[in-house]
Amino acid sequence: MIRMLIPLGVFLALLGLLIAGLKTSEERKLVQSPLIGKPLPQFSLPGLYDANSVTGRTDLLGEPFILNVWGSWCWACRVEHPFVERLGREAPIELVGFNWKDEREDALAWIDQFGDAWDRHLVDYEGKVAIDLGVYGAPETFLVDHEGIIRHKHIGPIDANVFQDLMRRAMQLKAETES
Amino acid sequence: MSAELGQISLILALVLAALLSVLPMVGAQRNNQALMKLAPSLAIGQFVFLAGAFAALAAAFLKHDFTVTYVAMHSNLLLPWYYRLTAVWGSHEGSLLLWMLLLGGWMLAVAAFSRSVPRIFTARVLSVMGMISVGFLLFILFTSNPFERILPGPIDGRDLNPLLQDVGMIFHPPLLYMGYVGFAVAFAFAIAGLIGGRVEREWVRWSRPWTLAAWAFLTFGIALGSWWAYYELGWGGWWFWDPVENASFIPWLIGTALIHSQAVTEKRGAFPAWTVLLSIAAFSMSLLGTFLVRSGVLTSVHAFANDPERGLFILVFMAVVTGGALVLYALRAPRIMTGEGFDWVSRESALLLNNVFFTVSAAMVLLGTLYPLIIDFMGWGQISVGPPYFGAMFVLLMTPVVLLLPLGPFTRWKRDEFMRILRPLAVTAAISIVAALIVCAWLGSWSLRAVSGWIGGFWLVGGALAYAVRTARASRSGLARHQWGMTLAHAGVGVFLIGAAMVEAHTFERDVRIAPGETVEAAGYRFTLHEVAQVKGPNWRADEARFSIHKGEREIARMNPQKRLYHRGGQTMTQVALKPGVFRDLYIAMGEELGESGAWSVRLHVKPFVRWIWGGAVLIGLGGLIAASDRRYRKQRRQRAGAATASAAEATT
Repeated sequence: MIRMLIPLGVFLALLGLLIAGLKTSEERKLVQSPLIGKPLPQFSLPGLYDANSVTGRTDLLGEPFILNVWGSWCWACRVEHPFVERLGREAPIELVGFNWKDEREDALAWIDQFGDAWDRHLVDYEGKVAIDLGVYGAPETFLVDHEGIIRHKHIGPIDANVFQDLMRRAMQLKAETES
Repeated sequence: MSAELGQISLILALVLAALLSVLPMVGAQRNNQALMKLAPSLAIGQFVFLAGAFAALAAAFLKHDFTVTYVAMHSNLLLPWYYRLTAVWGSHEGSLLLWMLLLGGWMLAVAAFSRSVPRIFTARVLSVMGMISVGFLLFILFTSNPFERILPGPIDGRDLNPLLQDVGMIFHPPLLYMGYVGFAVAFAFAIAGLIGGRVEREWVRWSRPWTLAAWAFLTFGIALGSWWAYYELGWGGWWFWDPVENASFIPWLIGTALIHSQAVTEKRGAFPAWTVLLSIAAFSMSLLGTFLVRSGVLTSVHAFANDPERGLFILVFMAVVTGGALVLYALRAPRIMTGEGFDWVSRESALLLNNVFFTVSAAMVLLGTLYPLIIDFMGWGQISVGPPYFGAMFVLLMTPVVLLLPLGPFTRWKRDEFMRILRPLAVTAAISIVAALIVCAWLGSWSLRAVSGWIGGFWLVGGALAYAVRTARASRSGLARHQWGMTLAHAGVGVFLIGAAMVEAHTFERDVRIAPGETVEAAGYRFTLHEVAQVKGPNWRADEARFSIHKGEREIARMNPQKRLYHRGGQTMTQVALKPGVFRDLYIAMGEELGESGAWSVRLHVKPFVRWIWGGAVLIGLGGLIAASDRRYRKQRRQRAGAATASAAEATT
């Protein structure tokens, strides 16, 4: 009888291990971009409405801001758009749109239809700056402080919870800059 | 509308599965014929509703019904119809529905092809499978419902993962799942046998064709996955010891042990408890595989549907299924009959050795796969176990299998003499060594791996042929189906071995910088890049490199690898160009464009005998299917009519 219980014992040990693994995998999810705490990479990108304007890293420094990566091809960007609009209206800091791998006409038509939520636009048509930024896929949202250090990153669409979290962090950054 | 119909079908299937899991089981315990008779009808009904649900989801994809979240997430207007159809199982929710449909299909088959099996036994088997159905249907309906709506729906959907837009991916999941789910049949037979109270040779015999078929499908599924990874992922490897690959490989190893131990139990009545345990383990490992893929516990290239909540459900389900089965085993196994004894040198011992090596291999792969978890759990930091561990362990464990395999079929049951077995094979051994040396001299490859691969390969193929010839001569009717199957499968192992050894020993691989007009030499082939052109597909555009390949003065191929950018999702994909051949594959994958000069980084491979890997696997799987089709596993009613009434009577006691 005891001998016959050995398989059960082995199985229970395995089960215990898997349950423990499941717990730590939730913690591991929180591991974030290796770029957090690192300065924003150098770049110079054209605008969206005006293709001839150029915005560089230094143009953005001085004040903290939110950088929101999106594209008209990105389905989840449409899902998060209401919250992006609220961020644009309610957040105490600038909201920069980072249009990624998108045709200019498509992006403008998209904004026509769904509304322009952003205070400023950057266009990364080739996606090279996005690589330096460590973008995995749209949508992604970064928080950058006044010295150009990436402080936080959210991967995936913004929902009500993420929105609250981003608002809180944005206010902290604002307060930090003023003090 | 169709999504709601699908949802309702799924719920009705659940109701029937619930009835199936209770009524026939109760009927079997009380010897109530009417309740037992319900089992096949319920199984058929369940299958009909599952098919309905599956058809509803397929219809939603074909009609571009983007109000169904799952469709909107994995399909779009640009996707051609055949990929829309396969997108049904392209992601988590739909692939579970496919899992369920296949389980329903296996149950239908058990209901249809079990006329020779006593009703009480079929009732128990189908009832156990009904319980598994209930668990999975609850899982689908509560955590992974593919029919959920978003209103208003988006105008267009997201893209199907481009990696999955490929013919290999159309068939890989169904075949793999056929194998996984098929082990549920062997599991149900073992549980039904335990509930019946005795392990009889009869039910092991009935279970054998199902186990063989499931194992064969799993073989095909794994081979197809390996082939797909080879040409689609752009890495040029054929096996990566990735956690998800391992998750399908562990049930295969256990299944291999199981089909051999079943042979012993059926023919000689030996190791009955072990066979039951392996039947439980094979299906449990399939569940574990599902868990590992779905839960995000381990990071892997396959991590496409990570969700701890789903992981927890599968874990609980596994605890119930496997835990319950093992408790039943602990209670009933001591009463299991024991077979006749056998000598050290005997077929029984040979198959026992097979089982030892295969289960130890399975345990080794499992340990390696879960090692990062163990390390993490013990707080020793984070570590990943690389292919070197698996490769080294596997060669170590499989070398004796290769050496001993041809001896097995020549060995007699119960008692034999070593010299008697060796004598007819001594010639085969000598021939394989000489033949291997000749081949290696001709190919000019004297590496240890290549030489031992050829010797082992010839030894396995030669041994299998020697067995076939001798058996055919000894019996008037020639080889039986199961003997054909075995010969083919064992020869397939040899073919596989040659392919694997040659690829590992002599793959030529180089990253080069090449501009249009330039030529690069590699392993005796000259690769010339003519131009890099822009091309457009239905839902992507690409840079396409136009290569011609010369050997000597002769042009042997034109190859056009691509770097694709998919419109939706913005994902880039490397589409490799392959020139397949029996003796070597040429393989070109595009890297990045280097600056503005028009030059590209390109990876060239020449892979000798790589097709033999999958060829061998196909032979192994075909052998399994041919053996499964042997009629001796089904022709039992007439001789065993007495046994059937006996086990029916036993239920009343």
